[in-house]
Amino acid sequence: MSEVQEAIVEKKSEPLFSKKNRKLISDPLNDSNPITVQVLGICSALAITVQVQQAVIMSLSVLFVLIGGNIIISLMRNGIPDRIRIIVQLVIVAALVIIVNEVLKAFLPDISEKLSVFVGLIITNCIIMGRLEAFALANKPGPSFLDAIGNGLGYAWILLAVSVVREIFGSGAISFPGMGQVKFLPEGWFIGNGGFYENNNMMILPPMALVVVGVIIWIQRSRNTKLIESH
Amino acid sequence: MAVNKNSNGYTFLFSTVMVVVVGAALAITSQSLKPLQTKNDADKKRIDILGAIQVKATRENAAQMFDQYVVERVAINYNGDVLNTKSGAIDATDKNDPFNVDIQKEYRADVKKIVKESGKNQEEMAKRLAAAPVSFPLFKCNKDGEVLYVIPVVGTGLWGPIWGYVALKDDKQTIYGAKFDHKTETPGLGAEIKESFFQEKFENKTLNTSSETVFSVVKGGAPTNEHSVDGITGGTVTSKGVDEMINRTLKVYIKYFESVNNQRAQR
Repeated sequence: MSEVQEAIVEKKSEPLFSKKNRKLISDPLNDSNPITVQVLGICSALAITVQVQQAVIMSLSVLFVLIGGNIIISLMRNGIPDRIRIIVQLVIVAALVIIVNEVLKAFLPDISEKLSVFVGLIITNCIIMGRLEAFALANKPGPSFLDAIGNGLGYAWILLAVSVVREIFGSGAISFPGMGQVKFLPEGWFIGNGGFYENNNMMILPPMALVVVGVIIWIQRSRNTKLIESH
Repeated sequence: MAVNKNSNGYTFLFSTVMVVVVGAALAITSQSLKPLQTKNDADKKRIDILGAIQVKATRENAAQMFDQYVVERVAINYNGDVLNTKSGAIDATDKNDPFNVDIQKEYRADVKKIVKESGKNQEEMAKRLAAAPVSFPLFKCNKDGEVLYVIPVVGTGLWGPIWGYVALKDDKQTIYGAKFDHKTETPGLGAEIKESFFQEKFENKTLNTSSETVFSVVKGGAPTNEHSVDGITGGTVTSKGVDEMINRTLKVYIKYFESVNNQRAQR
């Protein structure tokens, strides 16, 4: 029965960038942001946001794994036996993560060293398994691809925002991939050189990441009041 | 399709095919990227060794700088006897080349267990280390006419492995420079061993070759002398790890240096 129905639905299928599909990208950036609203993937957001370049590479890695995982699972969705679907998802995600890790080790060894175990931990990043289970398993590759991009970017912008704040106040610099750390404060400003400014070492420690994420959540909710739960 | 997706047969078939496909994909990726990764690791090692003699190298010029500064590579055993001497270009496939000795692997395989089990019993530790299949590489460098010896050290910090390179001056007693690194020490505490402020403390300190304790890293804030440096406040376990690895390893090299000196005296 399902085959006939599916065929009909497919014929009526909407263009890739229909209003509904565009929402797949825009929603995770704000209303259903994986980090600030769903509070998924928090661990990596705390751990690798000390420097902007690490956050960029981590975001790209997660984006790649998420897109790859979503598309593969979506293509396989009609063939995956229900009973082992979580294991199948895990194997696909793990394989993609290992590939990312190997590629980083080969082409960006310094960044790979800094990210160390956190690339491996993408496997346990709840966003990825969450999207595979909740979206890709029930949708066609097109929308799944958009959903992956949306959620990947939603994760990425929070990571970037947190890392920019932390690196500026923690190290007095911003680092870009391939450029290293760019110190934009004049050396004379630092207390060691007789100035008034000192880097806040606490910004570099993980707890401050949590505080920064908290502040972002606060700002987001004050602007987007429908996110506030009524108690 | 009339296939029952929930049958055991289908599930088994599906998993088998999936595992084979994924396994093949991973094997291909790993194999094709291996040469690049090995090169990266070797370059990193060269940069670290050069770092100990305070030569800054980048990944691009590491190989060339290494050949320029490192004149000889020696491997010795626990008793200080020479196993191998190499100079010139490094052959990455030559297992006998001291540069290719993976002391971290040796440490994980044998040394770590011996150190842990022997505890404070130095005699037992020495006996068991001498019997273990471990070798100790040494890099003889020539920097601006000065002969320097770079000794790799490896040990355990609070959470995971720590390692480093200690460079000795021509007199084989004075520390020229030291470089440490770690895998997972606490940022801001144990991880500070990687920072230059800690490494600079080692410069121009001397080894106490006549004592059981060759060199010590004392508790943060305690008074130091020419044979010790101040540890990291709040990073006590990591500092102790540095202390342990330096003592255990440098003792072996002191035996080697002594035998070299004796041979010279006999001539």
